[in-house]
Amino acid sequence: MKSFFLKQRYLIDFTLSSLLRRSGKNIGLLLVYTLIVFMLASVMLFTHALRNEAGHVLAESPEIILQRMIAGRHDLIPGGYLEKIGQVRGVMEKHGRLWGYFFDPAIKANYTLMVPRDRSLGEGEIVVGAGIARTRGVGIGDILSFRSADSRTFSFRVMDILQSDSELVSSDLILLSEAQFRDFFGIPEGFYTDLVLRVRNPKELRTIAEKLTLKLPDTRPILRDEIMRTYDSIFSWRQGIVFILMAGAILAFVIFAWDKASGLSAEERKEIGILKAIGWETADVIRMKFWEGFIISISAFLLGYLLAYLHVFYASAGLFESVLKGWAVLYPEFQPIPYIDGLQVATLFFFTVFPYTVATIIPIWRAAITDPDTVMR
Amino acid sequence: MHMRKSDLFLISLVFACILVAVTFVDAHWRVLNAGSHLDGMAQMVRQLELTDLSLFTEARYTRHLSQADYHTAFQDHPLAIEHFPSGSLIHPPQLLQGTDEVIFPETALPD
Amino acid sequence: MQTIKLEQVKKIFHQGRPNEFCAIHGIDLTIEPHYTTVLKGPSGSGKTTLLSMIGCLSRPTSGRITIGGDMLSGLPERFMTEIRRKTFGFIFKQFNLIKGLTVLENVMLPAYPLAPNHAALKQHALQLLDQFGLVSKATLNVEFLSGGEAQRTAICRAMINDPEILIADEPTANLDTKLSREFMALIQQLVDQGTTVILTSHDPEVYESPVIDRVVEMRDGLLESL
Ligand SMILES: Nc1ncnc2c1ncn2[C@@H]1O[C@H](COP(=O)(O)OP(=O)(O)O)[C@@H](O)[C@H]1O
Ligand SMILES: [Mg+2]
Repeated sequence: MKSFFLKQRYLIDFTLSSLLRRSGKNIGLLLVYTLIVFMLASVMLFTHALRNEAGHVLAESPEIILQRMIAGRHDLIPGGYLEKIGQVRGVMEKHGRLWGYFFDPAIKANYTLMVPRDRSLGEGEIVVGAGIARTRGVGIGDILSFRSADSRTFSFRVMDILQSDSELVSSDLILLSEAQFRDFFGIPEGFYTDLVLRVRNPKELRTIAEKLTLKLPDTRPILRDEIMRTYDSIFSWRQGIVFILMAGAILAFVIFAWDKASGLSAEERKEIGILKAIGWETADVIRMKFWEGFIISISAFLLGYLLAYLHVFYASAGLFESVLKGWAVLYPEFQPIPYIDGLQVATLFFFTVFPYTVATIIPIWRAAITDPDTVMR
Repeated sequence: MHMRKSDLFLISLVFACILVAVTFVDAHWRVLNAGSHLDGMAQMVRQLELTDLSLFTEARYTRHLSQADYHTAFQDHPLAIEHFPSGSLIHPPQLLQGTDEVIFPETALPD
Repeated sequence: MQTIKLEQVKKIFHQGRPNEFCAIHGIDLTIEPHYTTVLKGPSGSGKTTLLSMIGCLSRPTSGRITIGGDMLSGLPERFMTEIRRKTFGFIFKQFNLIKGLTVLENVMLPAYPLAPNHAALKQHALQLLDQFGLVSKATLNVEFLSGGEAQRTAICRAMINDPEILIADEPTANLDTKLSREFMALIQQLVDQGTTVILTSHDPEVYESPVIDRVVEMRDGLLESL
């Protein structure tokens, strides 16, 4: 056992000396490899963490939201629908919700305006999300002016700024009173954006939703489950974009690495002959080549993963901001909570280390079993 | 006498593995400590009856992913990136490109 | 150290194919311990082929080779390698040092699969380098060595596993007369230490050297005289 370790150390000695001979090329290879692992790992860590965080936070969303659909589009829902629903078993509470979007031409950003039920705001008073405060450069007491649907100018005083550590859900919110909301958007009394139904027992959700669609055929119930599912799969599309963008790079690397790992130069062949002639066994040569593939791929994996961890969980995944941000002007500042999936990391490990190592060993096999006397010529 | 290459490598390897272990410990620790932060957000979601993350604010179907109608291409921001695959092939209408400054005063009708 | 015996040893390359070629036509030869033997003959006479069979680098097509009574011919590759490693040290015509590695690393290389204590191995290698006047070059990459230094490095590498038999194929082919003489002097040192040496050469500096005990002449895959 001890001699096994001693031997591996000798083989590593040789492999490293041998790799360092073409240090420029091999370090270049390692850097590109590391970069690819870094990108893959960053995407993986980021989406996994965000998905988890969304799952935890959105578990508190309303159980059922009822939207009215007109000609395939979401439309205002009359308050009378609340009475039409009447008594449905299991529904603890139901009320209208008022929210909408406002495009602020000043910074070309979309805000979400919302009427809160947990606080009462007076005329001309608003509470803004931290993203808005940052982007518009306003603080408590400052005035924000917007032009309403009928071209009147509304001036609002910022009464409060929402907690900045909840930016992930609130960065673009503006809270204002119901009266102001209706006045600003010109929404008549008795109409809501949608209805919220709170249900005690989640098992009853499906039946309640069915009853609702029967009673109100022009509505669409959105269940909390669907919200959760939306966020479970949401990142796969953008993650897909990133992967597609990277596919070209990965492919180029694979070809390069394959060529590098699997193509044996005449010189390498000769070296193997020399090693065999001076007393190395075929198995020793193969083990040495295993180390060569393993050293490069494990280093790339470890470096790539560690950098990705720092990037995502200590630098707020800064490199992805532009990808995720898209055309948005407002982007929440947040540090993802580091939920890591060990299995996912293990998978990444497997797919980065295993293929490369195998690609290094396989072509050696043929060269390693050739007769050692070839070096005599 | 200086160190053998293999020792340098193995030491770095062990060190890097320890760092990887540290990331797991760090992650675990931060998740445990994120409790109040998460609770704060969860409470805000409950009180304001929020349904979505404010990650993508460029268009209503990206801002409120779970609330959007199924087919709302280009309705909110004239240069909003499309979430249908075809959107990566087709540009927004010429009319809207880069001319939003001119257009917006007339079209800034809230949704 | 034991006697090496060759009985009716034949080597046919590409047997059964149109380019079949018989390089060794059935040779009987006994090599006694502590003798310095040179295989002499013109180019293409089969010296290298015979030497690589003696050194367990290749197998005869037919006939038997024994070392101290043990049959070599039928052994599986692993055992051939083991015997080669323990018994023989090789000096190749082109030296065959591994480029990009230092002199010291090259010398230590044959011992790697045996996994000895590193400090002891290094000590041993440095001692050999010292004996052959190369200590100052120990950390130099081998491609910067002169012909004579490369040759001496090759000798050190051949001796690192303390072989009983040193095998050298046309060791002076790439050296001038002066260096060839120096080389033979180094061989003398090893012989004095008790090493059996088998060389091939058609260089008079080698086969006329006082170090040589026995000259075996070859022509067209056969021995000319014993
Ligand atoms: N692998 C081989 N395949 C075919 N012919 C070979 C091979 N190796 C050597 N020979 C032939 O065997 C003969 C003897 O070669 P060799 O032993 O190298 O001669 P020497 O070392 O005396 O110059 C030569 O004619 C050579 O062409
Ligand atoms: Mg020859």
